[in-house]
Amino acid sequence: MIGYALTFAIAAFSLGLLLNLWRVVVGPTNSDRILALDTMVINAIALLILLGIWLGSAMFFEVSMLFALVGFVSTVSYCRFLLRGDIIE
Amino acid sequence: MPFWAEITVSVFLVIAGVFGLVGSYGLVKLPNPMTRLHAPTKATTLGVGGVLIASMVFFYATTGRISAHELLIAIFLFLTAPITALFIAKVHLHLRETPDTLPATQESTGWASYTAEGPARGVRDFPPLSGEQAAKTDTSQ
Repeated sequence: MIGYALTFAIAAFSLGLLLNLWRVVVGPTNSDRILALDTMVINAIALLILLGIWLGSAMFFEVSMLFALVGFVSTVSYCRFLLRGDIIE
Repeated sequence: MPFWAEITVSVFLVIAGVFGLVGSYGLVKLPNPMTRLHAPTKATTLGVGGVLIASMVFFYATTGRISAHELLIAIFLFLTAPITALFIAKVHLHLRETPDTLPATQESTGWASYTAEGPARGVRDFPPLSGEQAAKTDTSQ
């Protein structure tokens, strides 16, 4: 039963990644692109944890923690660059 | 694995998948940037939360030990999601909107984000505040 639920969740998050990718390509504004990239990071974290459940391995928690850190820092620095024209002033 | 664990993990996985898909679909479907900001920042964080709860129950049922990694990831995501949402909203407000294009705030003070000193070097495509208001709020010199 977990197999079916896992397949459903992986399909849902993968479809979500594709929808986010569409929003990254289409835009139309820069804030939409940043938001779509941030959502892609969150969906990728969910996919990594689902892969960890699928393989029964606890190794993927560190990977998803790193993903979360890098995603947060990159989103904030992209926004800051657009707002201030500089990241570290 | 015991039967209650299978049920719990499956239910949380299905809830998480539905929430994640709804969040990403809202990002595509909703009509303007501020409404698009609403869907993924809430729904996808709930989706990841469901996946993390399912993972905690799964690894507790298979190994017999409580794993705290998921709690770390969940705390980090729940702390940072409002900050990224605020930054993205600020980008939209300052680069695409002016105080005239936004709805009134029902307060006497107006939009607080515009009364502070504006970006000095950023890409700014709206006219600066009028003299009186700018002089009243300019405390940086």
